[in-house]
Amino acid sequence: MKELKLMKGNEAIAEAAIRAGADAYFGYPITPQSEILEYLMMEKPHERTGMVVLQAESEVAAINMVYGGAACGKKVLTSSSSPGISLKQEGISYIAGAELPCVIVNVVRGGPGLGTIQPSQSDYFQSVKGGGHGDYRLLVLAPASVQEMADHVGLGFDLAFKYRNPVLILSDGVIGQMMEKVELAEQTPRLSNEELAEKYPWATLGKRDGEPRHIITSLELESSKQEIHNLKLQAKYKRMNEEEVRYEAIQCDDAEYLMVAFGSSARIAQKVVSMAREKGIKVGLLRPITLYPFPSEIIHKLAGQVKGILSVEMNAGQMIEDVKLAVCGKVKVEHFGRYGGMIPTPTEVFNALEQKIIGG
Amino acid sequence: MTEEIIIAGFGGQGVLSMGKILAYSGVMQNQEVSWMPSYGPEMRGGTANVTVILSDERISSPVINLFDTAIILNQQSLDKFEKSVKPGGTLLYDPNGITRHPVRTDINIYKVEAAEEAAKMDSAKTYNMIVLGSFLKVKPIIKLENIQKGLEKSLPTRHHKLIPMNLLAVERGMLVLQTVHTV
Repeated sequence: MKELKLMKGNEAIAEAAIRAGADAYFGYPITPQSEILEYLMMEKPHERTGMVVLQAESEVAAINMVYGGAACGKKVLTSSSSPGISLKQEGISYIAGAELPCVIVNVVRGGPGLGTIQPSQSDYFQSVKGGGHGDYRLLVLAPASVQEMADHVGLGFDLAFKYRNPVLILSDGVIGQMMEKVELAEQTPRLSNEELAEKYPWATLGKRDGEPRHIITSLELESSKQEIHNLKLQAKYKRMNEEEVRYEAIQCDDAEYLMVAFGSSARIAQKVVSMAREKGIKVGLLRPITLYPFPSEIIHKLAGQVKGILSVEMNAGQMIEDVKLAVCGKVKVEHFGRYGGMIPTPTEVFNALEQKIIGG
Repeated sequence: MTEEIIIAGFGGQGVLSMGKILAYSGVMQNQEVSWMPSYGPEMRGGTANVTVILSDERISSPVINLFDTAIILNQQSLDKFEKSVKPGGTLLYDPNGITRHPVRTDINIYKVEAAEEAAKMDSAKTYNMIVLGSFLKVKPIIKLENIQKGLEKSLPTRHHKLIPMNLLAVERGMLVLQTVHTV
């Protein structure tokens, strides 16, 4: 039987990392995600599984430790919050360029700059459009519950290794700080170096006789070769779009109006769905679970059925651009959000839905 | 059954831990629960509050603006949350240090002299458990045995010797509840 616990989202991430058989966590504390590092330090996973937990001297150091660990085929992760994730962008771009698997957690707080320590979703663009320099994409997962915080760690590692691509878990202060019931997965054993070398022939664990050298790099000075590399990356992103789109459709079947929301906004919007249905208004909610790849196809399909769409985000309107691309002008799309760490109440969202979509 | 509760007061009064014990107790009786704290600078000497939802169904939003019950432990929180109680809902407060008392007539209002009772019990640490007892007297949504299990789950083992005193405080809170106004 699986184990049932009451945990904060941040703690669930940490415990799930140990149970996923992670080899190492490298991080640097920042509110609102410091519990991840704190929990790991308290739990001493090196005694449970041999997993390394290290507080680096900075976010930049932590992401480069992830780069090194990932190059050896190890399951490694890091976490931070918005300003810290900005610092990591160079390293993330290198890891994406070198095609290495890893999990990065962003428990978002309001910005720009140091901003606030309160929850926000203002890092959507940074997460789904690359973030660092160069033509690259991260696979982006958006947990909306403590359960998904735990589940997305294991899923994140699976996807990261399947595509040899960094996976970003885009959370926020609400999901990180709240406690809910969570069912934890059983312990996945860590792999030995021999097992890793067998499973991941690219890993820099020493070449065997007759093998070419294992080289991990993101540098290619010959443009024609770099272009071939870019084409390979783009083909990989296309495959992700074909195979990895995940979403939850809540009461969409008979919906006349639609909300699109992810993470904590989706939880608030779900309450709005029931508020509206109590008044006899048929509202549905489409919750993207992957933000890249984005669930464009289902949104395009629903756009043919509903009279209007409200994109609910704790930012000034970022995901709405992808919603509009999916809708392709078929129906009106409006945005509602709060900024700077303010969390919209269900009543505010309901009023916005009435004013901008139902009445408008 | 769904009960949406806000507990609000000063940092140090045990607001967050009272919420945690409620949440754990809910888990012990197989309910869905969510515990959403205010966090950050508010925890260091300022006001602290936590939203706790207990439900037989899947909980949608952990962030809400209207509550079935508000448990209020200082003036700032009373000023902020009195208006957030649903009509017909419940407000429970400790009058200690309160100069502007609640004025709404469309909600049930109760008070508990918890600070005074905690002093009588010779332990300031029982304060939040006295308040919890009063709440459970008004809304008996959790059985005492599940509170005990909740305490066992939420307290580290080294503090388990304090559980009997905490349960006494809960029972004390049930006895000293005062009704101010009911609708």
